[in-house]
Amino acid sequence: MSDLFLHNARLIDPDAKTETLGALTIRNGKIAEIHSGDVKPPEGIEAIDCDGKHLAPGIVDIGVKIGEPGERHKESFRTAGAAAAAGGVTTMATRPDTIPALDSPETLEFVARRANEAAPVNVLPMAALTKGRNGAEMVEIGFMRDAGAIAFSDCDNVITDNKVFSRALTYARSLGALVIAHPQDPILSKGAAVTSGKFASLRGLPAVSPMAERMGLERDLALVELTGARYHADTLSTAAALPALRRAKESGLDVTAGVSIHHLTLNEFDVGDYRTFFKVKPPLRSEDDRLAMVDAVASGLIDIISSMHTPQDEESKRLPFQEAASGAVALETLLPAALRLVHAELIDLPTLWAALSLNPANRLGLASGRLAENAPADLVLFDLNAPFVLDRFSLKSKSKNTPFDGQRMQGKVRATFVAGKQVYGAD
Amino acid sequence: MSFRAKHLLGIEHLAPDEITTLLDLADSYVDLNRSKSKHSDALAGLTQINMFFENSTRTQASFELAGKRLGADVMNMAMQASSIKKGETLIDTALTLNAMHPDLLVVRHPHSGAVNLLAEKVNCAVLNAGDGYHEHPTQALLDALTIRRAKGRLHRLSVAICGDIAHSRVARSNLILLGKMENRVRLVGPPTLMPSQISEFGVEVYDDMREGLADVDVVMMLRLQKERMDGGFIPSEREYYHRFGLDAEKLSYAKDDAIVMHPGPMNRGVEIDGLIADDINRSVIQEQVEMGVAVRMAAMDLLARNLRAEPKEVLV
Repeated sequence: MSDLFLHNARLIDPDAKTETLGALTIRNGKIAEIHSGDVKPPEGIEAIDCDGKHLAPGIVDIGVKIGEPGERHKESFRTAGAAAAAGGVTTMATRPDTIPALDSPETLEFVARRANEAAPVNVLPMAALTKGRNGAEMVEIGFMRDAGAIAFSDCDNVITDNKVFSRALTYARSLGALVIAHPQDPILSKGAAVTSGKFASLRGLPAVSPMAERMGLERDLALVELTGARYHADTLSTAAALPALRRAKESGLDVTAGVSIHHLTLNEFDVGDYRTFFKVKPPLRSEDDRLAMVDAVASGLIDIISSMHTPQDEESKRLPFQEAASGAVALETLLPAALRLVHAELIDLPTLWAALSLNPANRLGLASGRLAENAPADLVLFDLNAPFVLDRFSLKSKSKNTPFDGQRMQGKVRATFVAGKQVYGAD
Repeated sequence: MSFRAKHLLGIEHLAPDEITTLLDLADSYVDLNRSKSKHSDALAGLTQINMFFENSTRTQASFELAGKRLGADVMNMAMQASSIKKGETLIDTALTLNAMHPDLLVVRHPHSGAVNLLAEKVNCAVLNAGDGYHEHPTQALLDALTIRRAKGRLHRLSVAICGDIAHSRVARSNLILLGKMENRVRLVGPPTLMPSQISEFGVEVYDDMREGLADVDVVMMLRLQKERMDGGFIPSEREYYHRFGLDAEKLSYAKDDAIVMHPGPMNRGVEIDGLIADDINRSVIQEQVEMGVAVRMAAMDLLARNLRAEPKEVLV
């Protein structure tokens, strides 16, 4: 592959926490050289003038749901791949909560092959931790890891049997496998559609207390302390859970935590008049919780921001709020929504990018997610300030269930590169 | 006349002058209902469909009677027995009915917000006959009319709503209405049956009946919604009756002329002593039922007037 020279770009380096004018030389799908300042392109090399826009490592998104197998009418690898490329997401770690669950090496291999044929971005499948995500018997963690499982998770099915969970954690630790869990007390949260509080009381909806998340996290962290496993909490959403996370990190446990973009940018009142596109799991929380999550990302206590991309068709959402499915698509809105935090001056760009690319890449043991020589040339070029009004029907995702429909956003992807190859370009 | 609403989905969306307009009209329908002819042609030529996705005898009968007295063609649909079983979605059911050109759709649904959803999809007037734990606006309006007639006013009164607040749409609609009309609202019940952060709604919360009833003008009891509970909200019915059931002793803490209300159906000996319920000097429970028909007549009349005033939109 011939060389590529990207110049006149504001380079976001999440590792050095800098944002500087510079250029990149791309060779053999990797970042070969990093130049600072306004460097002119050398002769005889394909060059792209980035016009002073921001060039950053591509987003590494942990927890993307794709409807293959089982619900391809909601999202396929092809549509999700196109959405990811348009959203500046260069690596998707996909969820195993498919139908059936990804719980055998054979299905995992099939999915990995399908994914990499159909999607222009990197797809790294996660596997279930227990068979059928039923919380009873662990999957073949060794075989699955050898088949390419990047992490193990039962997603929003909380393993209630502490013996099963502690054994799975112990076995995973012996293989160095990462376990991702959804911290939630399953009994307190049963049947809940929103977070408890004034809004839930006003709307008369079944609600769960934020305390259920803290209880779930405390339980998980106790078992991590017991077993020494590598653990990642997929989405935290409440201030009440943060002290437990801080204690675990300070005591040296191998623990990281994530937050979904929706819990950083929306709150419980956005549900308004029973708008089901705002029904997500865990539910949108109070404004105090939202601000606590933003602070936690800014301080590094929360490591990773995810889209928690969850496609749902219209039929799953056009129902009374309690009956409607949870989840929102977010691959294409992750970047502009995250930039809201920058425009609101709640977080700086390099710190935000650490949570979007570097930290998730490090957690998954990937060489991408950073601007470094020899790192994969997975990159996103974006205009920080370009304004637009989101029209959900313009999304490339097969499902259009975004809570940002009709909202003003700022920040547009201009181009996305995977291994040095341009996979998306805006006009 | 001042009534602008297109649907009656909840008290939340009504302004105080709209509430007053509706109650004034309902007063005239009380007179009509007490007269010999009991008939008006206010809704003549209009079709009213009652869609009940949840069992109801009293509310459905009240709406049916209200429609018939105003000359509407009334159809009742017991939705549990029909299309839901065949897997049809709420919206499809609504669109099917909409194609039959009803003018008034009265809906009860077990899930909060379901009636709002349905109202978005049809081009007739929708009346909420109770959705989940959200709202039951005609109940709050009939309670308001009952209070206004008994007390001579609907402002600056102290009203205690007692019992299972958490599972009660009646309580929600009433506290919103009474707040809008500038009354003091107290909620009395065990903390396990109190919605979270309810004190932020400008109400006072008590878990002791004697304190909660002290010097109130109106005591509004709620049905203990046994069928709605997963279990374990209260230790036992008898302990509930002992601590929260309305009897003469607890009622003595309220004003001497305080009235006693209950939306029905009552559990005598659980939330209310039968002697209190039947005390014609204190209990207005039968009047509530009577006001219910009049209020529903007024609500449907006003919505129908707005419907006739507007050119009909065509939904495609």
